[in-house]
Formats: sequence, C-alpha cells, structure tokens
Amino acid sequence: MSTIVWIIFAAAVMTFLTRVGGHLVLSRFERIHYRVEAGLNAVPAAVLTTLVAPPAFTNSWQEFAALLFSGLIATRFSMMPMFFSGAAFIILLRHFFPI
Amino acid sequence: MDQAVSAKTARRPRVDFWEGFRKGLPVMVASAPFGLLFGAVAVDNGFSVSEAVLMSATLYAGASQMVGLELFGQKIAPWLIVLSIFAVNFRHVLYSAAVGRRIRHFTFWQKVAAFFLLVDPQYAETEKRGEAGLPVTFAWYLGLATPVYVMWTAEAFIGAVFGNLISDPHAIGLDVLLPIYFLGLVMSFRSRPRWLPVVIASGAASVLAYNTVGSPWHVSLGAIAGILVAAILAKPAETGKN
Repeated sequence: MSTIVWIIFAAAVMTFLTRVGGHLVLSRFERIHYRVEAGLNAVPAAVLTTLVAPPAFTNSWQEFAALLFSGLIATRFSMMPMFFSGAAFIILLRHFFPI
Repeated sequence: MDQAVSAKTARRPRVDFWEGFRKGLPVMVASAPFGLLFGAVAVDNGFSVSEAVLMSATLYAGASQMVGLELFGQKIAPWLIVLSIFAVNFRHVLYSAAVGRRIRHFTFWQKVAAFFLLVDPQYAETEKRGEAGLPVTFAWYLGLATPVYVMWTAEAFIGAVFGNLISDPHAIGLDVLLPIYFLGLVMSFRSRPRWLPVVIASGAASVLAYNTVGSPWHVSLGAIAGILVAAILAKPAETGKN
C-alpha cells in the first residue's frame, strides 16, 4: 500500500477517535476547566490560521491581494460568495499579471 | 403543526428517515463545491482518483481533508500530517460530548455509525432537534446524514476525474483556493470569544516559525501560540457560553 493510503487510514482512525472521544472521555467530567474549554474552542481557528498566514505573507503579492480581498468579502458575506469571488479574483490577477 | 405531526410519527422509521433526509439536502448543496474541490486538488497533489474517494469516504471531514492535501503537497512527514488532521478535527470532541447525551438510546453499532457521521452540520441539526423536544431517532439521524455522506464521497470521485483534465492548475488558482477556503473557515469563527487575539497570535507565530524553524512546524507552533493565548485570556464567567 502507498504512503497516501496509510496516511488516510491513520487519519480516519484519529478522526473517528475525536468523534467518539468526547462522549467517552469529556462527558465523564462534571465541569471542564474554563481555560481548557477556551483552549479547545480556539483550536480550529488557531490551526487553520497557520495555513493562511504563511502563504499570504511569504508568497507572491497576487496571493496576498487575493487573500486580503477574500478576507474583506468574508466580513460581509457567507462562505460561498466569499470563496467564489476570491477564486475569481486570483484567476483575474494571474491572467493580467502573470508571475 | 409540523412538530405535532413529527412527534406522532416519531416511531415510524421511514417517516423519520425522510424527515431527516430533507434536512440534509441543503447541507448537501452547501458542501458540494468543497467536495468537488477536494477531489480536484487531491489529484493535483499526487493522489489517485481512488485514494481521493477513499479519503472522503473514511474521514468524512472536509476541512481536515483539505489540510491533509495541503501538507501532503508540501512533502511533510506522514505522522505530522496525521497529527494536523487530528488537530483540526479536535473540535469534534465537544460535539461528541453534546450529541452523546441525545443518542443514549441508540444500540452500540448505531452509536458507532452516529459518531462516525458526526460532522459540523450533523451536530448542529441534532442539537436543534433535541432542544426542540423532538425525538432524535436513529432513522432520523441516518436520514440527515445520508444525502450529505453519499454526495460527499461521489463529489471526491467527480472532482478527481475533472481534476485530471485541468492542464494548468496555476492559471485557475488551484493552489490558492485552499488558503482562501481556510480563511473562510477562520472568518466563520469570528464571533467566538477572543477570536482576534487567537488569530493574530497564530498568524504571527506561524509566519515566524515558517521563516525560522521551517515548513512542517509552522502549523503546530502557530496553533499552540493561538491556543495558549485563548487559555490565558479566558475568564471564568464566560464558561458555558459556547
């Protein structure tokens, strides 16, 4: 089996553990410490930000502009219009300013 | 009226199933572009069509699948990819604890299936139904999940087949679509307490780590910075709000 297939199976098991783990572990505690809960709540935004900031600030100016534009759109519109206008923006930028 | 009808018919699995199914349709439509995008980016990052389908069918976790692709494209150690997927999915722990209380009456295997299918909208709809006092039956739960899961897997196939036909992924911005998608998710969390300090801390730490320690570590170091900031700034009074 290829590395990809192993990664997929390991990730599938880990994903299932997160989905069953809260029921098995977290529900045994009467109260979760507020700092732990705040930390858990912050996990998705914290992880996903690390996948946006480096490409935005270390690649081409076109990528920075496209992400800035998408971020501004996201303050007013939902995911779907934000995503498609961001995609259109980068396609146009790359068309008119190649490299 | 609607609620009275559903309460009366709650024990008829077929009625429950279709009631859930109807709730699943808008979720299915909203997730469709991302299911297709996943397939297309997967083949662009070296996955075969069947590997893309396998990932959608076994993980069934949109954001983390995209994270897996992004990191795989950067030739990062496999265990770090798995760890990052785990980190993105860690929020499910909270859903799981909440939904577990609603499905106590499921059999063991029904619970296994239910937790496997526990994606964000599944959690939201189940909580909504439970809070409304309506019965969360297995048939309803499965009906809700069916259109979303079946189409999510099918979209990986369709996206991957079409991804193979894309001759110039750079021109259509395929490499930037994932950061845009992740940014959209980050922005969708912005009503959470301490969102801005978390994002600033994670963003600054990840850029710093990216330029100093190097590529795979910017994810874990950036994430830890954001989580620490959230924990440090937390106040006792705010618990239970989220």
